[in-house]
Amino acid sequence: MDYHINAPVSKEDAQKLKAGDYVYLTGTIYTARDAAHKRMKETLDKNENLPFNIKGNVIYYMGPSPAREGRPIGSAGPTTASRMDRYTPQLLDLGLGAMIGKGKRSKEVIESIVKNQSVYFAAVGGAGALLSKCILSSEVIAYEDLGTEAIRCLEIKEFPVIVVIDSKGNNLYESAPAQFREE
Amino acid sequence: MIRTIRAEEITKNIKEMCIEANHILSKDMEEVFLQSAEKEKSALGKQILCQLKENLDIAREDMIPICQDTGMAVIFLKIGQDLHIEGSSLADAVNQGVKEGYIEGYLRKSVVEPIERINTKDNTPAVIHYEIVPGDQIDITVAPKGFGSENMSRIFMLKPADGLEGVKESILTAVRDAGPNACPPMVVGVGIGGTFEKCAQMAKHALTRDLNEKPSIPYVRALEEEMLEKINKLGIGPGGLGGTVTVLAVNIETYPTHIAGLPVAINICCHVNRHAHRII
Repeated sequence: MDYHINAPVSKEDAQKLKAGDYVYLTGTIYTARDAAHKRMKETLDKNENLPFNIKGNVIYYMGPSPAREGRPIGSAGPTTASRMDRYTPQLLDLGLGAMIGKGKRSKEVIESIVKNQSVYFAAVGGAGALLSKCILSSEVIAYEDLGTEAIRCLEIKEFPVIVVIDSKGNNLYESAPAQFREE
Repeated sequence: MIRTIRAEEITKNIKEMCIEANHILSKDMEEVFLQSAEKEKSALGKQILCQLKENLDIAREDMIPICQDTGMAVIFLKIGQDLHIEGSSLADAVNQGVKEGYIEGYLRKSVVEPIERINTKDNTPAVIHYEIVPGDQIDITVAPKGFGSENMSRIFMLKPADGLEGVKESILTAVRDAGPNACPPMVVGVGIGGTFEKCAQMAKHALTRDLNEKPSIPYVRALEEEMLEKINKLGIGPGGLGGTVTVLAVNIETYPTHIAGLPVAINICCHVNRHAHRII
């Protein structure tokens, strides 16, 4: 199925999506990768508030290349999600609505996606120039000193992603390659 | 006769090559890309390959890096022994070129101190491999290397008894484990033989080979063809979302090794296998 849905992602939207669905996302999302996740964890350990309200929001694992003059952002494709796995269940428990990245997730993350009825999307890795065309604006909202790893708030329009792990725990990275395997 | 060139000339070329490599994929890579889209049997896989082709067009036309991970700059230098470089040191000239290329070219600065994780802010230092060769020219290859795929690379110190079958299994293991993380369709560089570091360096260098050039050793050529076929039967497919195109090329280099060993390195690269080449 193809869907056009809004970000932040509502629970109803997250629950209706199935692994393999093609989704065009429109709305507001936040970027965070390794260093920003580490800082968010430290913030939570100190009982302080995260730099944005995580409930229902989407985290995009992405660190862009610098924007040329007159453009909102540079190249902006997904980074490998598994590096964020150790931080993810805690964020899901706090209400993280969905994640966009690429690559496998740990068993713990998949279990937490099911428990919290969230969803993991993949964007096409290595298509950073194409994906940048779906980003209307980009603003650093926290951890500016981290450079490309700072947290950015992005306005996106019809941003193409594929549901890889759905709220029932179905995993397209397991099911799809199996159909083409000839070992 | 000793030929003299200025270090600034090397800097200027390296700068241009960093920018070029990150925006324009070499012709041989782009051709393989187009062929792969025709071969792909998965509808989603085909769609992803078409998006990746469109991505290459946008990158070239709008000067947006092909991938936001504009890599760590890996540079192979073949320096003619009759060439004299005047001005700064060769390493400084190269790093200055990387710095200027990454800053002026709007490329991402991804290089940090390994433990303290403090960014060097100009993507230096580059990883430079030097080779002294006959002649009075300098042959430069700039290969920005992204880390999604670099992280999935492996070294296996096999036993001689493991033989060719062991080598094949090592390559398949590395690619299987890499799966969707390495942004398939991948290019796989393999180094067989030498020592621990030599095989890794060969695997990296193998990624820079023009895909139209084939190895001269018959068994190496056969191994490349066999591994291409075997990997494409793993089913991983474009984006790791299933399909028949998992790898675009398998490039293998070999070197004699010790009677007690059989080192094999597998350097995985994503479909954005970037390299710019010039001879000065």
